[in-house]
Amino acid sequence: MSEPVLAVHELHRKFGDHVAIEKLSFQIQRGEVLGLLGANGAGKTTAMGSILGMIKPTSGSIRVFGMDPYHDRIKVLRRLNSSSAYSDLPANLLVWQNLYVFAKIYRVQNSKQKIADLLEMFEIAHLRNRVTGHLSAGENTRLHLCKALINDPELLLLDEPTASLDPEIADKVRKIVRRVQREKNIGILYTSHNMLDIEEVCDRVLFMHRGRVVADGTTQEIIAKFDQKNMEDVFIRIVRDGNIEDAPAKETAAV
Amino acid sequence: MSLHVVYAFLLRYLFLYTRNWIRIIELIFWPLMELLVWGSLTVFLNGKAGGQVPQFVTYLIGGVIFWDILFRAQQGVAISFLEDVWTKNLNNIFVAPVRPLEYLTAGILFGILRTTVAVSVLIVLAAMNFNFNVFTMKWALVPYFGSLLLFGWTLGMLSSALILRFGQAAEALAWAIPFLIQPAACVFYPLNSLPEWGQMIGRCLPCTYIFEGMRATLDHQPFNWGQLGMSLALNLVWMAAAAGIYAWVLESGRRRGLLTRVTSH
Ligand SMILES: Nc1ncnc2c1ncn2[C@@H]1O[C@H](COP(=O)(O)OP(=O)(O)OP(=O)(O)O)[C@@H](O)[C@H]1O
Ligand SMILES: [Mg+2]
Repeated sequence: MSEPVLAVHELHRKFGDHVAIEKLSFQIQRGEVLGLLGANGAGKTTAMGSILGMIKPTSGSIRVFGMDPYHDRIKVLRRLNSSSAYSDLPANLLVWQNLYVFAKIYRVQNSKQKIADLLEMFEIAHLRNRVTGHLSAGENTRLHLCKALINDPELLLLDEPTASLDPEIADKVRKIVRRVQREKNIGILYTSHNMLDIEEVCDRVLFMHRGRVVADGTTQEIIAKFDQKNMEDVFIRIVRDGNIEDAPAKETAAV
Repeated sequence: MSLHVVYAFLLRYLFLYTRNWIRIIELIFWPLMELLVWGSLTVFLNGKAGGQVPQFVTYLIGGVIFWDILFRAQQGVAISFLEDVWTKNLNNIFVAPVRPLEYLTAGILFGILRTTVAVSVLIVLAAMNFNFNVFTMKWALVPYFGSLLLFGWTLGMLSSALILRFGQAAEALAWAIPFLIQPAACVFYPLNSLPEWGQMIGRCLPCTYIFEGMRATLDHQPFNWGQLGMSLALNLVWMAAAAGIYAWVLESGRRRGLLTRVTSH
């Protein structure tokens, strides 16, 4: 197997006494979509922040394209991108202006064409000259995804990309994520609270609970392991039961 | 440092200002009001004294213009940063290949642009309405303006660092910082009119020497190289300290996991 685009090894992160992430280990290969699942506060966004060099791990290692995102921040960030429900693009600029600024930051060749293609792909080409702050939540999310793809990233981190999308658009976004992953052969880390997302988009799922990985595998494997009907039920079972010391957490660490 | 990143941010500011005429008005509004107040006061005092009042009243107009340079430079850096906090764009920038230096440089360059616009308007209006010609100071203006710009950027960096560290709660403070130092900086009166302890503070600020120098130059005294040297030396110290604090706040944000949450506390 070639070198993984992302390799996380025994990642630990504490905030004061609170352990946000404990012994998190996983890898993402080129062309693979890994879903990161877990209840509110499970540590998903913290994990993403660490991969993006925004949060320093308490211990453990992260390698993106074989580099440390904390020390080789700029080199790493040039080759990845992310979209998060926690950030926004400046509301007072036009849609194309926002994308154009990011195209310049990432030094995208032929940026005008690139922007046109991306807007077309997410079916928001007609919004090109709209004020960003006037977009609906769903349109805004798609604009974020355009920004996230503007530099043809080799690794894409998506934190709840389908939050606030209507079912039809959510479906489109899932298909686009799939298509991008296939066509460009990039690695994707994907968090969502939407189980349909997870089942449809992710090749493999990592289930986090209170900072620890409690399940790891394809959705079918996980559903079978927990003896449930679907991911929704697995989710509820893990989160309700809370203490799952007996769960197959140990054997999953090394992937 | 990558120039294309600096260019990207400058482009952003350009988009912002060309889209929004109210911002351009804001740029000119405050210095204009201040000029009108102080300028009219000058005219009034001159009239009362039947032209007997020495030229020190023109210090006031000079002070307004010089102060505005410092203030605009601070704002250029601080407002550019706040712009990203307000619009929740900071996260996008932290995860983009942008070095702090590139980001700051863009803010500084943009600050120069803002300063140039505002100060040009002031200079023209002061000449037209109050018979105040800033160019009587000739080439001395170059080091004066330069030193004020430097200190403005330094204060801008400190303001940004404050917001980065304490979140939006520190925003009001970031606006207030220039005014916090204004009394000790002796913008409108000489250093020796301050109480002893005030003079001590004043002497630690690089801009104090510039305002003192401006008054001396307006009085046709010879240029004081010692004062300028002192101002530049202090500028270096302040700037190094501000850059250190800025870098430290960024680093501590990463350690404490606060960078992802600058907008939300
Ligand atoms: N800077 C911080 N200081 C203190 N605690 C923090 C900090 N950042 C995160 N936490 C805590 O760490 C835990 C993990 O938070 P995180 O945002 O990673 O969760 P999440 O899995 O993304 O949740 P959600 O599904 O709600 O987005 C939470 O309990 C949160 O309160
Ligand atoms: Mg989250």
